[in-house]
Amino acid sequence: MGRRVAIVGTGQTYHKSHRPDVTSREMIREAVVAALADADLTIKDIDAVVIGNMDHFESINYVDTYSVEGSGAFMKPVMKVSTGGTTGSTVAIAAYYHVASGLFDRVLAVGFEKNSESDTTAAIITCSDPVWDRFSYSGAIPSLATEATAYMEKYGATQEDAAMVGERDRGHALNNPYAHLRRPLTVADIMASPMLAYPIKLGDICPRSDGACAVILAADGIAQKIASRPAWFKAVSVRHTYTWFGDSTDYNKGLVSLQRASREAYAQAGIKNPVEEIDVAELYLPYTWAGLKWIEDLGFCGPGEAARFVGDGNTHMGGKLPVNPSGGVLSTNCIGATALLRVAEAAIQIMGKGGKRQVPDVKTALATGFGGCFWSDVVILSAVRP
Amino acid sequence: MEKNGTPVERLEITFKHPMPYEWSIGRYGSRFFQEIREKRRFIGIRCDGCGSVYVPPRRVCGPCFRELTELVPLSDTGVLTAFSVVNYPFIDPATGELRPIPYTYGYIRLDGADNIFSHLINEKDWHKIKVGMRVRAVFKNPEEMEGNIQDIKYFDLLP
Repeated sequence: MGRRVAIVGTGQTYHKSHRPDVTSREMIREAVVAALADADLTIKDIDAVVIGNMDHFESINYVDTYSVEGSGAFMKPVMKVSTGGTTGSTVAIAAYYHVASGLFDRVLAVGFEKNSESDTTAAIITCSDPVWDRFSYSGAIPSLATEATAYMEKYGATQEDAAMVGERDRGHALNNPYAHLRRPLTVADIMASPMLAYPIKLGDICPRSDGACAVILAADGIAQKIASRPAWFKAVSVRHTYTWFGDSTDYNKGLVSLQRASREAYAQAGIKNPVEEIDVAELYLPYTWAGLKWIEDLGFCGPGEAARFVGDGNTHMGGKLPVNPSGGVLSTNCIGATALLRVAEAAIQIMGKGGKRQVPDVKTALATGFGGCFWSDVVILSAVRP
Repeated sequence: MEKNGTPVERLEITFKHPMPYEWSIGRYGSRFFQEIREKRRFIGIRCDGCGSVYVPPRRVCGPCFRELTELVPLSDTGVLTAFSVVNYPFIDPATGELRPIPYTYGYIRLDGADNIFSHLINEKDWHKIKVGMRVRAVFKNPEEMEGNIQDIKYFDLLP
């Protein structure tokens, strides 16, 4: 058992499709300065930095070194962590390991992406196996779409069912001043949007955003002095499968990595009934069907029950278990920061700093990361020191 | 000197040169393509730990972390487990060119295999495709084959 660790500050940029006014270093600095201000710390207080973004995206290697002016890591212990879409949550978990180990007291976790600086689909294609999968793979959208076709066939879910998730998340984004897409989107809008890769339409899929996120973690005894209401780590779990698509896409079994990561995290946190015991969830839902299928894998409802569960308002603001008060990935997607934003937003809910997107009286918050080839990370935060 | 806050023309740089790579296919991957060229059939590999048959064949079973050696012949038919019809334009990083669209991308459980094989489906109209349909591989002519995944042209939907 490591030391107890809490999040004591968060910072993020105002997300946009294109930030030609800054380099990625300068953009990272905006998030870091905001996180330091939130924790009332200076960069001198930071003992180590963990940073990540998507491999191949901006064509920048050694991002740990490249970014020192932005991250403040100059002549500090710094490590890059890059695990695809899960990068941001893995960065948070690696920073947690740093502090829990007892070796560092205050650690800065940073995720960023300037999607505008590269061709996101071409870059994502390079994550697929070059011998077997790359010639037919066309980026994130169709591989997610295959999951949707299997789910619709198995449970009779409709495109309108999935669109409810988009309407919900885009509605929630109106409460988040940092969100990239801040226009409401209805089920009818989504149904009328162009078909990108059956059954995914433009309104079903996340945007490409430029942005950065920074989170400050501190050790037990220090965290309480920095923050009046720290967000304590209660559980973390990382589960990766294969990189070959054929080995991770047995949809009859579901999203196995998320099933296993969430069950391990629930066991660590002593959670038996997630819907009753979790107050808010920030889920990495990159497309609308994920908001159905994956909440079944998380155990929020039974297999095939998600459309009714979401349709009844259980996951809306004011529902039993609000999902994505921030607007989620469907509203903001600066990929290397996306999963760190889930952790940051979960911490914001615990710390009571959510403003218009705040869920009342949050004691337990769940954050997930999704990426690579159907990989999953899970983080559970608590208002109560474990 | 200009003052901070004065509008500045924002410049960008574009990189346009190709960057070649060379990937090893491995022992069993090479056998897989040779079998297709010589015998027009698929081969998989069985794990003697869990009994799973993998296609394409590889040297290690991930869950068991054991070395695999038992190659097994497989059918050229299987079941479509999932699909999507790709309908948006994008640059193929392997060629630097737009990939022709629309095309259908499918996951197939080949008869005799336990995992899933990803390839193309020879039907662009999603109304005509259903998860659970039977499919059959269509190979290139041997003289056109190059020892890569495109030696399989696509999978036809079976009536």
